[in-house]
Amino acid sequence: MAFTPPKETYTGKVYTLEIGVPPDTVRFGGENVLPLHGFEGIVPSRPVIAYEIQDIPPDDWPDTVKKPFKDVSDDPVSWAKFCRDALKARAIALRLIGTHPDRENRSPEDAAKTVRDILSAIDVPLIILGSNHTEKDASVLIAAAEAAKDKNCIIGKAQEANYKTVAAAAMANNHKLIAMSELDINLSKQLNILITQMGFDKERIITDPMCSALGYGIEYTYSVMERIRLAALLQNDATMQQPMLGDIGMYVWKAKETQARPEDVPPWGSLEERGIAWEAVTAIALIIAGAELLVMRHPKAIEAVEKVVDELI
Amino acid sequence: MLIIGEKLSIMSKRVREAMTKKDKGPIQDIAVSQWNDGAGMIDANIGPAEDGGEDLMEWMVTTIQEAVQLPVCLDTTNYSAIEAGLKIHNNRWGKPLINSTSNDPDRFSMLELASKYNARIIGLTVGKGGLPADAEERAGIAAEIMARASEYGVQLDDLYLDPLVLQISTSQDHAIKVIQAIKMFQELNDPPMKTVVGLSNVSNGCPKLLRPVINNHFLSLLMYEGLTAAIADPVEVIPTVKTINVILGKTLYAHSYLEIS
Repeated sequence: MAFTPPKETYTGKVYTLEIGVPPDTVRFGGENVLPLHGFEGIVPSRPVIAYEIQDIPPDDWPDTVKKPFKDVSDDPVSWAKFCRDALKARAIALRLIGTHPDRENRSPEDAAKTVRDILSAIDVPLIILGSNHTEKDASVLIAAAEAAKDKNCIIGKAQEANYKTVAAAAMANNHKLIAMSELDINLSKQLNILITQMGFDKERIITDPMCSALGYGIEYTYSVMERIRLAALLQNDATMQQPMLGDIGMYVWKAKETQARPEDVPPWGSLEERGIAWEAVTAIALIIAGAELLVMRHPKAIEAVEKVVDELI
Repeated sequence: MLIIGEKLSIMSKRVREAMTKKDKGPIQDIAVSQWNDGAGMIDANIGPAEDGGEDLMEWMVTTIQEAVQLPVCLDTTNYSAIEAGLKIHNNRWGKPLINSTSNDPDRFSMLELASKYNARIIGLTVGKGGLPADAEERAGIAAEIMARASEYGVQLDDLYLDPLVLQISTSQDHAIKVIQAIKMFQELNDPPMKTVVGLSNVSNGCPKLLRPVINNHFLSLLMYEGLTAAIADPVEVIPTVKTINVILGKTLYAHSYLEIS
């Protein structure tokens, strides 16, 4: 007798999101099955990986990941162009880290200028991220969202402390929005509800349950993502059907394993290879958990993940 | 959990008057407010309707479905009124539900209608001999109704077993028996049989203030045992339905869970 694999039937479906301005758009989400379960339903899009760039030079990035960008990272526009033209980035994530009060404390106007410069230099789906200082982000993201008006970007991150302002800015300028909570599935759902109750379309939200790197709590992120996706698909929970973000680079490249030199820890082997592998493995784990949008740094790690996606999804 | 809105009943003076005058306004207002409050189906109880039952049911189904995108529960003992309702029912939002058949041979004709019009049907677990004594007797009658349903070509998936809720003020000992019956009904088949109750009958005859308290607590216990559907007032019971779904892990908790549908 022929073997028939048992199939799960799902009642829910992940919303499809599209960012960018035609013809330079990317699309993600839309599946009605768990990750890698394409045989049970439809998976219309592959995960999108966005190259992370910054508004200021990446002084705090480890050498391994600074190196590929060393000729361009002094200027966000050249950096963005390099990612788009040389590395064929499908999307770019601009982190306005220079606006953080403990960094250069750049003004919202500075941030807006950076956004405008990039968008006038290249056509690319853009994700605009604050510095994760909830108070400062509120003003920075308003200015950045206005500067990118109608370019169909993603603005983030809206958190419990600032979601009203950030969501309003995204709504007024026709952007998508990242809603981030800190590794708590119930608060993640609550934040989505609160944002939707403001009149923000639930199909324009991306959920960020908060990322973590391999070896540094990835199991928490994995588990929250997995449970969000189960609620979305099996319980048909409309407040949990948003695509999910894995903001990977910033966590991975802080880990000891991406920085310790081989002479200090001989058994760990090549630093460069190790760092790239650390980022790639973290990303693949979160794709398996359900992430559709990833923000990453190292070109070789991204290449490795794309290859896995080619083969598995 | 399916809530079948109970408010369109001939027992209500406002509804009865609207039915007599064929005044669509009040019927549609009540249907819409039950829909907004969370009903997934609307009960149309026209009573025995011996004169003009066909016209009345046809008018009710049309009037309700003009206003809400929900299926209708056709609630009358009048065979030809049920058939008239089934003929006109728009199945786009779900199959209609016949209320009801039982183990009384006089009511088997309802199964014939369910089969002919591909409708769902409530099987009230009573026979000709009067009220069932306990849960076991209810389950025994349920098994016989299931056998009849299969004979008439009704899918068991379309059969909703009703243990017959009695008034707590006069038949207190039946409340627990009904809860036990809900559990036993499900065990009669794999996949489990569907179940339904006429919820507010439990508090019939009780002081007005007590009724929602009794109805909601009774519903909690029935949901715990796996109840599929209840004919009830949605505005009164939806908070309980949502809360029990959270407690049972069927809905993910969030602080605002009561505010979302």
